[in-house]
Amino acid sequence: MTSDSVDIINAFALLTNFVLLPALSYGSQLALGALAVTLVYSVLRFSNFAQGDSMAFGTMIVILLTSFMISRGWTISGIPTALLVIPIAIVFTSMYLLTMDRLIYRHYRKIKAKSITIVMSSIGVMFVTGGIVRFVLGATAQKFEDGERFIFSVREFKAYTGLEQGIAFKTSQFLTITIAFLLVAFVFYFLQKTKTGKAMRAYSDNKELALLSGIDPDKMVQITWLLVAALTTIAGALYGLDKGFAPQQYHLLLLPIFASVIVGGIGSPIGAIAGAFLVAFSEILLTYAYKKFLIYLLPLSMHPSSLVQLIGTEYKYAISFVILVIVLLIKPTGLFKGKVIVDE
Amino acid sequence: MNNLNNIWQSYRAIITFSLMGFVLLFVGFNQSWALVIGIINMSLISAIMALGVNIQWGYAGLFNVGIMGFAALGGVSVVLISQQPVTEAIDVGGIKMLFALALGAATIAAGVLLNRRGVNKWLISLIVVIGYLFTRFYFSEASKLIEKVDPAITGYLGGFGLPIMLSWIVGGLAAAGAAWWIGKITLSLRSDYLAIATLGISEIIIYVIKNEDWFVRGLKNVYGLQRPVPYEVDMQKSEWLQNIVAWIHRSELQLLSQSEQISKLSDYVREASVVFVKLSYSGLFLLILIAFIMLSNLALNSPWGRKVRAIRDNEVAASAMGKNITRQHLQIFVIGSAIVGVAGALLVTYDGIFIPTAYQPLRFTFLIWVMVIVGGSGNNLGSVLGAFIMWFIWIQSGPIGLWAVEMLGNYVQEGNTSLEFIEDRVHYLRLIFMGSIMLLIMRFSPGGILPEKNKEL
Amino acid sequence: MITVKNLSKHFGGIKAVDGVDLHIERGSITGLVGPNGAGKTTMFNLIAGLYQPTEGEIILDGEDVTNLTSHQLFHKGLLRTFQIAHEFPTLSVLENLMMVPANQLGESLMNTWFKRKQIHAQERELQKKAEEVIDFLSISHLKNERAGNLSGGQKKLLELARTMMVDAKVVLLDEVGAGVNRTLLNQIGDAILRLNSERGYTFCMIEHDMDFISRLCNPVVVLAEGQILTSGTPDQIKSSDAVIEAYLGKGIKTEATS
Ligand SMILES: Nc1ncnc2c1ncn2[C@@H]1O[C@H](COP(=O)(O)OP(=O)(O)OP(=O)(O)O)[C@@H](O)[C@H]1O
Ligand SMILES: [Mg+2]
Repeated sequence: MTSDSVDIINAFALLTNFVLLPALSYGSQLALGALAVTLVYSVLRFSNFAQGDSMAFGTMIVILLTSFMISRGWTISGIPTALLVIPIAIVFTSMYLLTMDRLIYRHYRKIKAKSITIVMSSIGVMFVTGGIVRFVLGATAQKFEDGERFIFSVREFKAYTGLEQGIAFKTSQFLTITIAFLLVAFVFYFLQKTKTGKAMRAYSDNKELALLSGIDPDKMVQITWLLVAALTTIAGALYGLDKGFAPQQYHLLLLPIFASVIVGGIGSPIGAIAGAFLVAFSEILLTYAYKKFLIYLLPLSMHPSSLVQLIGTEYKYAISFVILVIVLLIKPTGLFKGKVIVDE
Repeated sequence: MNNLNNIWQSYRAIITFSLMGFVLLFVGFNQSWALVIGIINMSLISAIMALGVNIQWGYAGLFNVGIMGFAALGGVSVVLISQQPVTEAIDVGGIKMLFALALGAATIAAGVLLNRRGVNKWLISLIVVIGYLFTRFYFSEASKLIEKVDPAITGYLGGFGLPIMLSWIVGGLAAAGAAWWIGKITLSLRSDYLAIATLGISEIIIYVIKNEDWFVRGLKNVYGLQRPVPYEVDMQKSEWLQNIVAWIHRSELQLLSQSEQISKLSDYVREASVVFVKLSYSGLFLLILIAFIMLSNLALNSPWGRKVRAIRDNEVAASAMGKNITRQHLQIFVIGSAIVGVAGALLVTYDGIFIPTAYQPLRFTFLIWVMVIVGGSGNNLGSVLGAFIMWFIWIQSGPIGLWAVEMLGNYVQEGNTSLEFIEDRVHYLRLIFMGSIMLLIMRFSPGGILPEKNKEL
Repeated sequence: MITVKNLSKHFGGIKAVDGVDLHIERGSITGLVGPNGAGKTTMFNLIAGLYQPTEGEIILDGEDVTNLTSHQLFHKGLLRTFQIAHEFPTLSVLENLMMVPANQLGESLMNTWFKRKQIHAQERELQKKAEEVIDFLSISHLKNERAGNLSGGQKKLLELARTMMVDAKVVLLDEVGAGVNRTLLNQIGDAILRLNSERGYTFCMIEHDMDFISRLCNPVVVLAEGQILTSGTPDQIKSSDAVIEAYLGKGIKTEATS
C-alpha cells in the first residue's frame, strides 16, 4: 500500500469484498423480507409490522433445531446445520403464523375492520413475538453458523490471483445469494404459472370478483401465510448466518424492509425486490469508508487522511428512512407503480 | 342483576376511578405514601401522553407508532433550555457548529429551491453532495472540539440556562414541528404510511440523541437538571413544615423524651419533605392535565368537534361537504404530538436526569398505546384511567414476576438451571403480557373500560 | 355551467366512463338516465372530484377544475348527494346539517377557546336554518335522532337537506328519489323546482323514475356503457328507439307510451 501507483484492480477487489458482496447478500435478505410484507399486503391488505420479529421467530426455531442437531452429532460436514433444519423450521413458523391469523387477523377480516386497525393488531403481534423470542433465547447476540466458513478465503484468493487486496467469499454470502435467487424464482413461478398462484393474484386484485368466480378466500389466506412463513424463516436464517442473531437487530429490520416495499411500489413483488437492493446498496455504499479505496486510486500526494465515510454506520437505519421520505415526496407510487397509495 | 348492570353502565367512570383510588390508598397504608405519590405522578405524566395519543387515534384514527420519539424531543428540550451553557465548549466549537448546521440547512434549502425551479437533477445532486461533504467536515470538526471539553462533566454545548418550565412549551413545539413535517409528507397518503414514518422518525431521533455527544451528551446522560419545585433539604429547614409535622404527630411525640422527640421529629420531617416535593409535582402535573382535558373538551363540544366527528364518521361525505380532511388530520396530529412532547419534557423534569437509553419502544410507545386502548379510545377520561391502571400494573409487574419466580423457587431445588434461566428472562414476559392485553382488549372489548359515547355502534 | 370534455374513467379493464362530452346549462335541470352500470354515478364522482379522470377535462363556470378535490369543489359552489346514503352516523340529524356551512367561527380551534359567545350566536342561527330545512322536508320529528338510526329513505332526505344548507351553484343529485314515498317525492320535486327558479340553482340529477324525470328535467341525457347515447327533451327520449332498446326495454315502452 506504500506504492505510489494507481491500482485499479486492487481498488475494485476491495470494493467487491467490502461493498458488492455484502450488499448483494444483505439485499437478498431484505428482498425476501420485503416480498413477505408485499404478499401480506396484497392479499390481506395491511402492512405487517410483525415482519421483523417474525423473522426473529423463524430464526429462533432454526437456532434451537441447529443446537439440537449438533448436540446429537447430526451434521453434515461442510454445510451449515442451520440450512438442514430450515424446512422443519418453516413448518413451525407456518404453524405460528397461521395460529396468529386464526386468533387475531381473521376476526378483523370478518368484521371488515379498517386496515389501520389490523396494522395496530400486527403491532400487538410484533410485541408478543418479540417477547417470546427474547424469553427463549435472551436478548444478547449469538452466532449459530457451523461448517465451512468460506467458499474461498482472503488467503486463498491472494494466492490464486497474486493481488495485494484479497476477496473472501463467505459461505453464508454464497448461500444467501443463491437461495434467495431460487426462492424468488419459485415465488414468481408460483404466482405467474400455477393455478393457485393465479387465483391468489386474482384474489388480491379484486376480492369480490374472485369470490364470485369460486375462489376460496380462506385457502388464499392460508397459502399466503405458508409462503410468508417460508420467506420469513429463510430470510431470518440467512441474515443470522451472515451477521449473527440479535432480536433487536431483527426488530429494526422493519425499517429497511418497509423502505424497500414502498420504494418499489407497495404491493408490487418485483418492486419489493428492486427496492431491497436499492436500500441495501445505498446503506452500504454510504456507510463504507472509502479511505483505502482512494489510496489505491490516488497518487500518494492526494491520499486522504480521514476515513472518507459519507455517513457513520450508526445511522444506517436513517438511510432507509431518508430514502423512504424522498420516495414519498417525489413518487409515492414507488418505482414500480404499486397499488393504491390513498385509502380505499 | 339487571339493576346492578345499569348502575355500572351509568357510573362507570366514577366506579372505576374510585376502585383505582382504593388500590392506591391500600398501597399507601401498607407500603409508603412517597411510593404512592410517585406512582400517581408517573400516572399523571403518562395520562398526559396518553391524552395526546388519544386525540390522534380516538378523534382522527391516526396511528402514531413514534410516541417515543416525540417524548424524547420533549426530554431534549428540557436539557437544551434549562441547563447552563458550557461557555468553554461554546468558545471552542460553538461558532463552528453553528456554521456547519447553517451550511447543512442552506444545502437542503438550495436543493429544494433548485428542484422547484426545475434545474437539472444531476446538477442538483452534485450541489447537494458537495454541500453535504463540507457540512460533514465542519460538523465533525466542531463536534470533536466540543466533546473534548471536560468530557467527564460536560463535553457538550449545554443549554440556554432558562427556567425549566419554558422547556415544557419548547418541548411541545419541537414535537409539533417534527409531527408537522412527518404529517405533511404522509397524511395525504395511505394511513399506514404515517405509522411507518413515525416509527422511522422516532428511531432516528433516538439514534441522534444517543450518538451526538456534543448535543445532549449522548450515552453519558445529563444529570442534575433544574427543578420547578423546592428541594427536600430546603423543605426540611422550613419552619412551617416542621410545625405541621409536629402537629400531626403531636400525640405520639408527647410520650417521648426530649432527645428522642428531636430525632423522631427530624425523621418525620425528612419523610414529609419527600412527600411534599412529590405532591408539588403532582399539583403541577394535575393542573396541566386538567388544562389539556378542558381545552380538548371545549373544542370537542363546538363546531370544531362536530367537524372532526363528521370526518371520522365518513371522510368521503365530509370532503364533499367542503372539509379539508388532510389539513384537519395534520392539525390533530400536530396537536397530539405536541402534547406528547410536553409530557416527555415533564417526565425528564420529574426524573431530574436525562437518560437516552431509557427511551424504549415498549415503555414509551407501546405502554402508552395500551393505556389508550384499555381506557377506551376516543374518551379523554378513559385515557387518564388507562394511564393509572396500566402504570400501576407496569410498575408492579416487575416485582410480581420476580415474586412468582421466587415462589417457584421454593418448589424447585437450589441451583436449578431452568429457574435461573427464567429469573434471567422474566422481564421479557412483559412484552408478551402487554402485547396480549392490547390484543385481547382490541378483540373483545374494543371500546375499552370507558367507551366513548359517540362511537359508531 | 359545467362542461365535460372527452371524459374517461377506467377501473382496470372496465371503462366506466368512456369519452363523454357533456354540457350542463346554467339554470337548467338536466336529467341523467341510463341502465344500471351505465357509468352515471362514476360521472358524478368525476365531476365532484372524488375520482381523478383517466382522461379528459371538466370545466366549471369557465374554470378548469379537473384536478380539484371534493372539498375544493364544494367551495366553488358544487354540491352533491350520494346514491348510497353517506350520512354522518354518530351525528344527530341537526348536526348533520349544521356541519355543512363553510368557515364557521367555531371550526377554528382558537375560537373554540376564546370566542365562545360569538360561536353560540352563530350556532343559534345555524340551528334555525337547519330546522327550517328539516321542516321543509317534513322530518322535524327526527331532528335529535342519530343519523345512523334513520331509515334508508330518511337518509336520502338528509342528503338532500344538506345541500340546502348553503347557497350552491350546482347540485348533483344521485337518485334522491329512490326509496322515498310518492307524496314526499312530489314535495322533493317541488323543492327542486323552487330552488331552481327562486335561487337559480343548476341541477343535474340521476333518476330511474321516468315520470319524475319528465316532470322536472329538460334536457335529459342518456348514458349507456360509459358513453352518451343521445340527449333531448323527456318526450324525445321516451320515444327514441335507441333509448328504448338500451334502457327502457319493451315492457316499459308500452307502459310509458300508454
Ligand atoms: N370504484 C370502482 N372500482 C371498480 N369499478 C367500479 C367502481 N365504481 C364503478 N365501477 C364500475 O363502473 C361501472 C359503472 O358504475 P356506476 O356506478 O357509474 O353505474 P351507474 O350508472 O351509476 O349504475 P346504477 O344505475 O346502478 O347506479 C360498473 O360496471 C361498476 O362496476
Ligand atoms: Mg349509480
